Amino acid sequence: MDIDRDLLLLMLRRMWMIRNFELKVMEVHSAGEFAGGAHPYIGEEAVAVGACAALEDTDYIAGNHRSHGHPIAKGGRVDKAMAELYGRVDGYCKGKGGSMHLADYSIGILGESGILGSSVPVAVGAALAASIKGEKFVSLAFFGDGASNQGALHESMNLASVWNLPIIFICENNQYAVTTSYADTVAVEHVSDRASAYNMPGILVDGQDAIAMYEATASAVGRARAGDGPSLIEGLTYRFEEHSLGLGRVRRGEYRTQEEIDNWRKRDPLDILEHNIISQGVATREECDAINAKTVEEVEKATEFARNSPFPEPSDLFDDMWADPIAFP
Amino acid sequence: MAQTVFIEAINQAIIEEMRRDENVFIMGEDIRRSVYGATANLLSEFGEKRVLDTPLSENGFFGAAIGASLVGMRPIVETLTSFMWVGMDQLISQAAKMRYMFGGQATLPVVYRASMFYGGGSAAHHSDRSYPMFMNMPGIKVIVPSNPADMKGLLKSAVRDNDPCIVFEDGTLAGMRGEVPENEDLPGDELIVPFGQAEMVREGTDCTIVGVAGGVNIAASVSDQLAQEGISVEVIDPRTLVPFDKKTILNSVEKTGRLVITDPAHKVCSAASEIASIVAEEGFWSLQAPIQKVASEQVHIPYTPALEPHVYPDVEKVTAAVKRTLES
Repeated sequence: MDIDRDLLLLMLRRMWMIRNFELKVMEVHSAGEFAGGAHPYIGEEAVAVGACAALEDTDYIAGNHRSHGHPIAKGGRVDKAMAELYGRVDGYCKGKGGSMHLADYSIGILGESGILGSSVPVAVGAALAASIKGEKFVSLAFFGDGASNQGALHESMNLASVWNLPIIFICENNQYAVTTSYADTVAVEHVSDRASAYNMPGILVDGQDAIAMYEATASAVGRARAGDGPSLIEGLTYRFEEHSLGLGRVRRGEYRTQEEIDNWRKRDPLDILEHNIISQGVATREECDAINAKTVEEVEKATEFARNSPFPEPSDLFDDMWADPIAFP
Repeated sequence: MAQTVFIEAINQAIIEEMRRDENVFIMGEDIRRSVYGATANLLSEFGEKRVLDTPLSENGFFGAAIGASLVGMRPIVETLTSFMWVGMDQLISQAAKMRYMFGGQATLPVVYRASMFYGGGSAAHHSDRSYPMFMNMPGIKVIVPSNPADMKGLLKSAVRDNDPCIVFEDGTLAGMRGEVPENEDLPGDELIVPFGQAEMVREGTDCTIVGVAGGVNIAASVSDQLAQEGISVEVIDPRTLVPFDKKTILNSVEKTGRLVITDPAHKVCSAASEIASIVAEEGFWSLQAPIQKVASEQVHIPYTPALEPHVYPDVEKVTAAVKRTLES
């Protein structure tokens, strides 16, 4: 598949944006600049960026607790994302959601969910709306290998298939549900093998390769828009960092060997995409470095924006509870 | 005015709302063939795209309704209270919380119609009266109609409301006949019952009974019977529990000085508990006797007709409660 130069560079830019955003989050979190937890997406950037590169702004996504990568991959703003982590009024959710609940309804980001598997039926619903109204938008649900065991996933895939809905299920298989391994919890060799049970295509993709993720997703999106129904794509990937910030200080015992981590780090999705871009003559090393540097700068600005944004007032506590407000009790 | 059966009132509301707004659609188990009667004739008029029979996947289709509502649809989901447990994660983690959690970005005009089939030998797995649990969770409007006209008017309001609503349809009322005004006799040519406005069912001076859902009929019967003994009982139907019209109830207790609440839910942390606590906090100095809660016993619903009726509030229990308030 020939991929447009602009799209390749957009993918690179978004992957660097996620990487540098997450590095900054780790830095300011360890400095105690914000209160809650966060789940770094470092190592998995190619999955969300490759998948979202196949979408339009009018398409929808829903995600999970590892929640910064999906919105940035869909074109979300890092300043509003960072301000949300800082709990400030200029955050995406005015400080009400925090790290695990980023959303941007202006570009189809229906929201990240801290309950795993729980946003997948919601994504099915967006696809159902497309089907009822006869519109061409599609919906894409991100979930992990851990959530692949949730009943919600099975109900969602079956519903999507019997109703022939335009949805793409993207499993980010990073091989561990917190500390519990894939092999101990999933009965099939690949999550994508489960697609046959729902009569839909199941595609196993190298999740470190953004181009492979893009190509698989673009093909699934094409099927969905043509009315040919849902697909399940499994991106095999790895989280380079801990499950969540600070977990390493509290957990007892190791669950991954250093050798395993080192081997996966050798397959850094940014190295792989830059190698492809440079070797195909799409851009030079210097141009790639400049893209990286620009995202570092944007993340710095976003962090300053977050730091300077005010906290909500106590009087804001009840705002946004209801669309048609009531006094209760 | 026309006499309409409760279940037909539901059907009228759905048909009128689906005709009015093409974004309204309905989904649930066995609704095309209308096992419960409320969805009769929908398939022939609105077609398969807007009348969806679902698999037995409450978590899946409760969530799909949420997702569809987020992108401009107005879904109505038909289910039973007892099946709601299966889809609880979607109702709580998503429907109730999304709007607030996302800083007001999400709007979820989704309606769950939950039938409560209790009192008919359905045993513990099909007889839940679960509305108090949803009063405890911010973010869901809780609707408890007690007669055909309110059923119709409140359901139409729920479809138009922009927040998640659960309409609890009391199965003991399914065959109840009541007057439902013809549309042409109404202002705006339709029946709309707004949320948060209690209805005065009987006026009285000696004691107030607040009835919830099927409890309203019991309260009205008690009021009629005690009138023959010279006891004047006021009966109030809150009609919605979230939002809740506490003013009408506090005004009534100010007048009567006595309060009995009859609520088919389990007694602990029931709607009756919350109403009692509101009146205790805000109407204490009006009270001339302790508040009496007549709710279901704290036990599961037994199958046998030898035991089941003992669980629920009935005319006898409510009458005794009214008399206790008058002894003080």
